[in-house]
Amino acid sequence: MRNVLKNPYAMVIGVALVVVVLYPLLPSSYYVRVAALAFINALAVLGLNVLMGFAGQVSLGHAGFFGIGAYAVAVGPAHLGTPSWAALPAGVVSAALIAFFVGRPILKLKGYYLAVATMGMGILFAMVVSNEANLTGGPNGMRVSRLILFGWSASGPPTWYWISGITLVIGAWIAVNLIESPTGRAFRAIHDSETAAHVLGVDAARYKLLAFVLSAVYASIAGSYFALFDGFVTPETTSFLRSIEFVVMAVLGGLGSILGSIVGATILVVLPQALTVFHDYEHIVLGALIIVFLIFLPAGIVPALRSLLQTRAS
Amino acid sequence: MSLLIVENLRIAFGGLVAVDGVSFAVQRGEIFALIGPNGAGKTTLFNIISGIYAPQGGRIVLDGEDVSGLPPYQLARRGLSRTFQNLQIFFRMSTVENVMVGRHLHEKRNVLAHLFALPSVKAQNRATRACAEKLLALVGLSAVADTPAGGLPYGALKRLEIARALATEPKILLLDEPAAGCNPTETEEVDAVIKKIAAQGIAVVLVEHDMRMVMNISSRIHVLDRARTLAEGTAEAVRANPAVMAAYLGGHGKREVHRAHA
Repeated sequence: MRNVLKNPYAMVIGVALVVVVLYPLLPSSYYVRVAALAFINALAVLGLNVLMGFAGQVSLGHAGFFGIGAYAVAVGPAHLGTPSWAALPAGVVSAALIAFFVGRPILKLKGYYLAVATMGMGILFAMVVSNEANLTGGPNGMRVSRLILFGWSASGPPTWYWISGITLVIGAWIAVNLIESPTGRAFRAIHDSETAAHVLGVDAARYKLLAFVLSAVYASIAGSYFALFDGFVTPETTSFLRSIEFVVMAVLGGLGSILGSIVGATILVVLPQALTVFHDYEHIVLGALIIVFLIFLPAGIVPALRSLLQTRAS
Repeated sequence: MSLLIVENLRIAFGGLVAVDGVSFAVQRGEIFALIGPNGAGKTTLFNIISGIYAPQGGRIVLDGEDVSGLPPYQLARRGLSRTFQNLQIFFRMSTVENVMVGRHLHEKRNVLAHLFALPSVKAQNRATRACAEKLLALVGLSAVADTPAGGLPYGALKRLEIARALATEPKILLLDEPAAGCNPTETEEVDAVIKKIAAQGIAVVLVEHDMRMVMNISSRIHVLDRARTLAEGTAEAVRANPAVMAAYLGGHGKREVHRAHA
């Protein structure tokens, strides 16, 4: 049991098993849809966790990159004649380039200042999509044409369950690979002591930028899936509130824990659905639950459970 | 030619001149100690040489190249590494991972290969770990290789920093109070490690308050007082220097010493 807990690849296999086993257990298409949304959010949070949990740099603007992915698959086919399958990688490239050029100056900032700068970046993107009504439909949003691969049209919850589930497993596998590599060690070193990392030859500015670009790529893919699945995008896709949601998911599940990102995202997608029984008080209960979680499990759900299991085992 | 030449270094913070016209040269394989009363400017001098502060005057020549004002990661590439007086440990990583970070410059840094965990990356990880384990054995920390570094006692962390700095394969190693907080047995162990390092041809520059250790292992000692050079020479020469005695013990102490000698 202990070795399984320690081996990060066992976790990836576990997630893959859950994706496969869960599907036939879901009673209706509604549940399949909620699960697909959980996977899509988890993918974005996974990337944010590489940036925040491993490299130790905060971002309150990741909905901006999520929005770039979402609007790429909407605007590309509608206005530029790009097929959906090509619009998705185009969105990824745009998000990576924007992260690279925005990240270079703002990653020199630390702590609260970096938080405010990334927040500004996210809000700026939301303003652009709201105002460029000719291209994006403004606040009313726009339709997203379906993803068509080799003549097969990808639509409906079951299809997106599998697409997002498989991508999530691959995303988790890549994140694990990264963390156990020289690049991942450089990220974690910068998080704990930038001075010491520097003295050992780690070019901290370069690695922070790399973490920022990688996390933007994850967010952009998740955003594209979200728009293609929904068939519609509005500026709400890229709102500040969504950036905050991503951060809450990452912190709730456990910063620095890859499984934590998936658990955090799943809880924050599923819980509001489950809490609809409280009707008008839904949001109050949700907020109270988050506070309770953070008071009793301040390191996040997955790290807290892991240390509990490890003390039991020994 | 000297490995490290420091010429007329100067830095001031506001009105406070912390290092004022300090010069010295360090040879390969020598143990060179910087001593002086608290606040003399030793750690500031270290911070300038290791690139954490840029000097406002003077220059630093490392192995024939002017490196004044280069950032620390550039200096690491040129063979300079250091430890910290106020520990800078990667406390969320394991002990062996701390040392593995020190191998950064000697690893292939192809991010795409890292993302997909190509076999070459796994082989390299094994080689890096083997090297790190060897260094942990050198400083006597093999037993705690896989425990989180944050939980180690102070003396062990001091030695971990030495192992981590050695992992970069430096030509010159700056040690900021390596024996601080160590008990006498640990101090002797650190002594032995430093001698082994110098025997490999690595120049060691050391700031230390434990005078027995300094006198024991240093080939030369450079004394700072109030930001300036007070004296430089072998342990015997420095010990016999009346100005050094006055700086350490104050004017009154100097008279006491004279009386004791008389």
